[in-house]
Amino acid sequence: MRRLLTGFIVLAALIGAAGWFLSAPQSADAALYAGLEGDPAAGERIFHAAGCASCHAAPDAEGEARLVLAGGARFESDFGTFVAPNISPDPDEGIGGWSLEAFATALTKGVAPDGRHYYPAFPYTAYAKMAPQDVADLKAYMDRLPPSDAGSAPHEVGFPFTLTRGIGLWKRAFLDERWVVTDAPGAELERGRYLVEALGHCAECHTPRNFAGALDIGRWMTGAPNPSGRGRIPAITPDELGWDASEIAWYLESGFTPDYDSAGGSMAKVVTGLSKLPDEDRAAIAAYLLALPRDG
Amino acid sequence: MKTKVIALAAAAALVAPAAFAQDDFSAQLKARQGQFRIMALNIGVLGGMAQGKIDYDAEAAQIAADSLVAISGVHQGKLWPEGTDEVMLDGTRAKAAIWENFDDFASKWGDFGEQAAAMQAVAGDGLDAVGPALQQLGGTCKACHDEYRAPED
Repeated sequence: MRRLLTGFIVLAALIGAAGWFLSAPQSADAALYAGLEGDPAAGERIFHAAGCASCHAAPDAEGEARLVLAGGARFESDFGTFVAPNISPDPDEGIGGWSLEAFATALTKGVAPDGRHYYPAFPYTAYAKMAPQDVADLKAYMDRLPPSDAGSAPHEVGFPFTLTRGIGLWKRAFLDERWVVTDAPGAELERGRYLVEALGHCAECHTPRNFAGALDIGRWMTGAPNPSGRGRIPAITPDELGWDASEIAWYLESGFTPDYDSAGGSMAKVVTGLSKLPDEDRAAIAAYLLALPRDG
Repeated sequence: MKTKVIALAAAAALVAPAAFAQDDFSAQLKARQGQFRIMALNIGVLGGMAQGKIDYDAEAAQIAADSLVAISGVHQGKLWPEGTDEVMLDGTRAKAAIWENFDDFASKWGDFGEQAAAMQAVAGDGLDAVGPALQQLGGTCKACHDEYRAPED
């Protein structure tokens, strides 16, 4: 009997140790970032494509004030309410003191400088596909934005989601750096795929999630319940959307649908960012969306 | 004690049908959605020109801009009574936040009016002037929808 008990304890300890090992935070590969020089002008385009201000600008900020990434916007979900942190270059309250490697680890591995896992409300599952030079350019641009000394509010999530170490296991299952659309022939589709799957993180809202809150890539871009309230985020597969390339590009530039309704909710913020991109980027996004498989 | 319960029940019975017969606000919903439709049709003219889908025509652009200014002059107070949000009513996407920040909501309507007037001032001056004015005008649509309009069901 005592031996059986000892066996159980040893087994439990082994499972615990394996879980601890498997959930360990990963860092960005330093070799990928060694010697990279960020170009702030190029980083501005990355910034708008990646929609950083959509979540990290203060909730009421408009116009130029949207470049102050003070945080504070609240995002309700099935797992609790996430509050966007301050990612302005303030050295104390923001991310001003970070190295490029720390910044890359946050963006592409979802790990904070102190080794804690970020909740995947921060779309690092998309940013994991970013090119290292773009990460460096983005940092160079963000380093030059105005600082804010606003403190970051804690997320409002309940047990067991407060045990962030478990997110390490979640990442083992769901953090995948491979493309969802494996075949993107030609420069425009490839650019579109990069803009949609990596920077724009469109799927975060437009793709439904599974039981664990991870994107169900088998139903890619087929629409999903609105995580923060009533209504649905629409499908943007070509059969469901029914818009041509120029209509999609115009919507992303102006916020106007083909019948001149206007973007609402979070999409209004997304369009504000995408409208600052060059025309060819919006055309590339449209090409990618039109090449998606029909719904189903 | 018993009489009190009966009195309460009677009172409830009196109140309940009153609540039931409450205004369904369909007139207000139609009015405000109609004005947005008028806006969409006229912005569609200017947007079609900016996009190059229809030829620029100074007179048509001016008429569209004039109509937008006219709509912006409709006082909104009558159209947005409390209790006409998406939680209380079907057939609207107006978020309850409108009534929590009504001054901000009203000032955003004012922003639309300002940009409509700016469009009115340049609409007849050629296509090069329409594009940037439309960008500003569209920005006021988004600024309000961003906070006060829920996604479609």
